[in-house]
Amino acid sequence: MAIILKDYLDAIQAQVLTPDINTSEISIVDGYVSDMLSDVMGTAKEGQVWITIMRHMNTVAVASMTNIPCVIFAKGLTPDAAVIDRAILEDVCLAASDKQAFDLAGILYKMLGK
Amino acid sequence: MAEYWNVNPDYEISAKSFLADKPEADVSLEFEIAVKDFVNAGKGSAEVKNTLKRLGVDPAILRRIAVASYEAEINVTAHSEGGKMYSYIYDDSVYIRFEDKGPGISNIEQAMVPGWSTADDLVREMGFGAGLGLPNIQKNSDLLHITSEYGSTTTLEIIIYYS
Ligand SMILES: Nc1ncnc2c1ncn2[C@@H]1O[C@H](COP(=O)(O)OP(=O)(O)OP(=O)(O)O)[C@@H](O)[C@H]1O
Ligand SMILES: [Mg+2]
Repeated sequence: MAIILKDYLDAIQAQVLTPDINTSEISIVDGYVSDMLSDVMGTAKEGQVWITIMRHMNTVAVASMTNIPCVIFAKGLTPDAAVIDRAILEDVCLAASDKQAFDLAGILYKMLGK
Repeated sequence: MAEYWNVNPDYEISAKSFLADKPEADVSLEFEIAVKDFVNAGKGSAEVKNTLKRLGVDPAILRRIAVASYEAEINVTAHSEGGKMYSYIYDDSVYIRFEDKGPGISNIEQAMVPGWSTADDLVREMGFGAGLGLPNIQKNSDLLHITSEYGSTTTLEIIIYYS
């Protein structure tokens, strides 16, 4: 089952950091939770939302290399403006939520009907 | 110098004859990789990915190339004194070589083991150091060749075919 990214972002009351990216047109089929970038590169798949607390420039590079459409920063963490600029350039949606990773994943799991 | 080889059997003949001949590439790109420069490391891989995207390379193959090359680029910035990335683009494959200034790898077989890492605190803070980069490079390439020795330099070469 796939869901619309916007519906998930609304459900987790996310603050969207890249407003120009149209989240109504992005479909999400799964999620991945990890803070180790090589783990994400080895395991995450296209169409997955990536939930993490890593907010360096490398996070955007990894999402872009692996075709991950959206990164959710947990626990209200937000990256620097330079990181957001890079994400816009690479067409990667960034969003922040006050919820912690377990809850963010749980809500997605439910919405996907897994 | 110690050596490590991993070759996809389907491409063994073409890859080995490629390395013996090193024909002239359609496009070649060169990038400097500085020590612990986690902001710029990755730009070389991004450029290769964008060039291949324009050439119409399949997205799944692009992903393999991007992951293998980014992991290798990060390893040079994270574990070496800096180096260079040389990328050669052909109509059926890409050949990328990373040459760094050392200190080299004391045991390549051990470095290939998933989970084995000597990453320092800064590298770990940047989200690296899971010991999964070299295994990812191997998984995503058709040929991987590493030449290294502790106290010397490291050269890592990869070839990935588009089909
Ligand atoms: N260019 C290099 N020069 C020196 N040592 C290296 C180099 N590349 C890798 N190594 C050594 O091999 C180990 C394993 O590398 P690998 O990429 O698999 O994991 P990592 O870089 O430690 O963590 P990760 O890639 O998961 O972020 C490194 O920790 C380091 O000791
Ligand atoms: Mg690595």
